[in-house]
Amino acid sequence: MNLNSPILEIKNLRACINNNEILKNLNLTVNRGEIHAIMGPNGSGKSTFSKIIAGHPAYEVSSGEIIFKGSNILDLDPEERSHLGIFLAFQYPIEIPGVSNEDFLRLAYNSKQKFYNKPEVDPIEFFSIISKKLELVNMSSVFLSRNVNEGFSGGEKKRNEILQMILLEAELSILDETDSGLDIDALKIISKGINTFMDSNKAIILITHYQRLLDYIRPDYVHVMQNGKIIKTGSSELAKELEIKGYEWLK
Amino acid sequence: MNQSNKTLNNNITKLVNQPYKYGFSTTIEKDIIEKGLNEKIIRLLSKKKNEPKFLLDFRLKAYKKWKEMQCPEWAQLKFSEIDYQDIIYYSAPKLKKKLNSLDEVDPELLKTFDKLGISLSEQKRLTNVAVDAVFDSISIATTFKAELAEYGVIFCSISEAVHDYAKFIEKYLGTVVPIGDNYFSALNSAVFTDGSFCYIPKNVICPLDLSTYFRINDQKSGQFERTLIIAEDNSQVSYLEGCTAPQYDNNQLHAAIVELIALENARIKYSTVQNWYSGDEKGQGGVYNFVTKRGLCAGSGSKISWTQVETGSSITWKYPSCILVGENAQGEFYSVALTNNYQQADTGTKMIHIGKNTRSRIVSKGISAGNSKNTYRGFVNINKKAIGARNYSQCDSLLIGNLSNANTFPFISVQNSTTKIEHEASTSKIGEEQIFYFLQRGISIEKGIELMISGFCREVFTELPLEFASEADRLLSLKLEGSVG
Repeated sequence: MNLNSPILEIKNLRACINNNEILKNLNLTVNRGEIHAIMGPNGSGKSTFSKIIAGHPAYEVSSGEIIFKGSNILDLDPEERSHLGIFLAFQYPIEIPGVSNEDFLRLAYNSKQKFYNKPEVDPIEFFSIISKKLELVNMSSVFLSRNVNEGFSGGEKKRNEILQMILLEAELSILDETDSGLDIDALKIISKGINTFMDSNKAIILITHYQRLLDYIRPDYVHVMQNGKIIKTGSSELAKELEIKGYEWLK
Repeated sequence: MNQSNKTLNNNITKLVNQPYKYGFSTTIEKDIIEKGLNEKIIRLLSKKKNEPKFLLDFRLKAYKKWKEMQCPEWAQLKFSEIDYQDIIYYSAPKLKKKLNSLDEVDPELLKTFDKLGISLSEQKRLTNVAVDAVFDSISIATTFKAELAEYGVIFCSISEAVHDYAKFIEKYLGTVVPIGDNYFSALNSAVFTDGSFCYIPKNVICPLDLSTYFRINDQKSGQFERTLIIAEDNSQVSYLEGCTAPQYDNNQLHAAIVELIALENARIKYSTVQNWYSGDEKGQGGVYNFVTKRGLCAGSGSKISWTQVETGSSITWKYPSCILVGENAQGEFYSVALTNNYQQADTGTKMIHIGKNTRSRIVSKGISAGNSKNTYRGFVNINKKAIGARNYSQCDSLLIGNLSNANTFPFISVQNSTTKIEHEASTSKIGEEQIFYFLQRGISIEKGIELMISGFCREVFTELPLEFASEADRLLSLKLEGSVG
């Protein structure tokens, strides 16, 4: 695995919100072709970690570096980070009333096209692009005409996130508790979509509480985050051990 | 305020504070009556316009009434007292003689309207819209008059109508909005200078959209225009109104009256895109917009539909209303009001149901950004005789940022038990997490906001005539550019 080049290197990262330090000297390296799982108790800083990589304006990075594909991205706006290939599947995807999913997806797609000086696609072309992706997450085209996440069930929202990840061909995807609130069928569909999408050029970080997801998507590494830093790293066996012994065992 | 809210507000400020692109003024030789308001000035104004006696009497009566009235204070508006003696009530570009064709219009004026995107010249004018262009106190030109005349449609400035169609003016002026209806209607009735007159004869569907473009140019003058539209039995017309003003740091007063009369089965659709100068980011300057618009559905089966997109003015006080007298008459009000910086809008509608089975529909969308204040005020009154009347009201507010303010005051009065009333209201906020969702997907703040705003306003925009719908969309996103994030 280590033959691959690192896609993400986080060095001594400290970050806070409202003067409250949440990440305390975090280090992590992710190579292309790797799947990393980050586990940890509630409030350990997992969601904050994902938002900081995506550039959420509420958080302030006080020191450290985030190197993505060889350059420091700390000064980049969230939309630039997105164009470069960072994707965050939200734990609670927000509803956007009045905006159809289709318009939203097309705008996201075209924004990236534009960033790379590629031609933007019209609604008809886009429909054929998105239709193929819809199949990968087992969604019907009815989803396109509904407003973004409005009235979607928990499972539908999560599938919509994965759909966007596939559409935007994210190079580094951070999936924040994508498995939470899913029944077993939905979990299978989503896992299948993610596994089909994954290849040696991409990387995925799974944030999860449960071993269950990792039965379907096999991580190369499992990290345990506690109190704003990674306190243990292991193979997928570590997740199974945690499932039995709980986080207390690590203390 | 935490970091992210600061960022959000900074971005909102950026987006909202796009320069006003119609802020230029035109230098032109003017014919002015010195500032101030008294009987002498009104007589002089009437004389300058060579008006018949009935109109002078109308003005004087209105002036007398106005002097007895007080400026209304019930609206959610705060503004310094208006000095009515410091306003010029008549300011007109100097004309050498009566105009016979556009070639005789001062090229400066044509250029001004060109710059505003309203071309009056033969070659470039819109092919499907007839335009009456009003500059300060008077109408400059009306296009397509001859073509409309073939259908019997009269479309001209109200000053011309006073002379050429005096019987209509004498019969209808002030019947829908009486002189003493309110403080500003009394003022307008005393000093109105120009505006448009439309008459659609029986069984005629007006072949073109009719449109008036109002431009305030003079720094000291008020604009008091008056529009009267009469649709005879089984006729139909769609009328559009647009307005802009230069950027001055004092406040200009605009107090207009619009009266619509729809006879049996007639349909009038009245659309406004109001973009008067709204003042700067500190709230300095801008137009005070006090307008009385009212339609009378006199005939059975008649229909009046108001659609407004209000984006400008520092103060907006405006309640386009319908009096539904004829059986089965219908009234509609579709509104988008956007306020930003220190703008204040108190706007809404009145639906007065008098006839049997009358129906009304109200869809109001208020968007407030910056430090602005946006109020919907509605009154639905179902009369005892209005058996089977129905009303549907929907009032949605959208807040952008943390400093703006939205209020809704829906008054409903029902005097019979056969009525069906529905009212829905919602308040939402474009929040940081929604913006971040857009950003994370690579969509810029501006695009994201534009998409959300146009989604929010869709029900109203679909009511606008095509030429206006795209303009309205553009106008809103322009106004909000930099305002969210």
